[in-house]
Amino acid sequence: MATTLTFALMDAPYENARSTTALRLIDLAVKRGFHVNVFAYEGAVYLPFAKQTQHANAVHGRSVEEENHPLPRAWIAALMKEAAGKGVKLDWVNCGLCVDERGAVEAIEGVRRGSPADFWNFAMNSRNTLVIATK
Amino acid sequence: MDKYLLIESRDPFDCGAVARQYELAVSLVKEGSRVTLFLVQNGVLPARRGTMSELLTRAAGAGVEVLADDFSLRERGIAPTRLAEGIKPAPLSVVIDQLAEGCKAIWH
Repeated sequence: MATTLTFALMDAPYENARSTTALRLIDLAVKRGFHVNVFAYEGAVYLPFAKQTQHANAVHGRSVEEENHPLPRAWIAALMKEAAGKGVKLDWVNCGLCVDERGAVEAIEGVRRGSPADFWNFAMNSRNTLVIATK
Repeated sequence: MDKYLLIESRDPFDCGAVARQYELAVSLVKEGSRVTLFLVQNGVLPARRGTMSELLTRAAGAGVEVLADDFSLRERGIAPTRLAEGIKPAPLSVVIDQLAEGCKAIWH
């Protein structure tokens, strides 16, 4: 049975390098063939927000295509695809209260709504848990 | 033997608590634990030889395994040849491997 690792994330996208590092870690865990649980708390529920869109950059004179602005939702979708391809589970839970407070209801496919009880269950049933706290 | 993974993402010039994390790593080693101090993001900045790197070199001398994320180093233009004594570049996968081993992990 594959090892399961759990990550708790708290940062909103585009605010701190922690989000990038967290996604790098999840990617590496999936590549290693581990099942991965993610509990997105507070601002992190916006990481898989489905309405993220690319934009042009008028300052640099670039079109939408030229700017090719990165979208965390696309990275997470790619991670889910990668996990499916490897035959491992990437279970991403958005904290429901955090979602409601922020109006971040529209998440990409594969993300489910949950509560801190899910995080407790994740931690209890994982080999290890890493909490990447905002402060 | 207990195994600890302390992940340090902050720059000690910006956050005074960073030096306390280094001290925690040394204290855990003195109590008989195996400790890896993994520097990532701006946490790699003191890995360059300089005033703050002395604390890391001292931690390595005390038995802490001090590693610096190679990606974070490259992002900041820090060549491995500029690292202070006792600090080794390493891939982020070390974190995953140690989590899978069951190390007690703390992110700061």
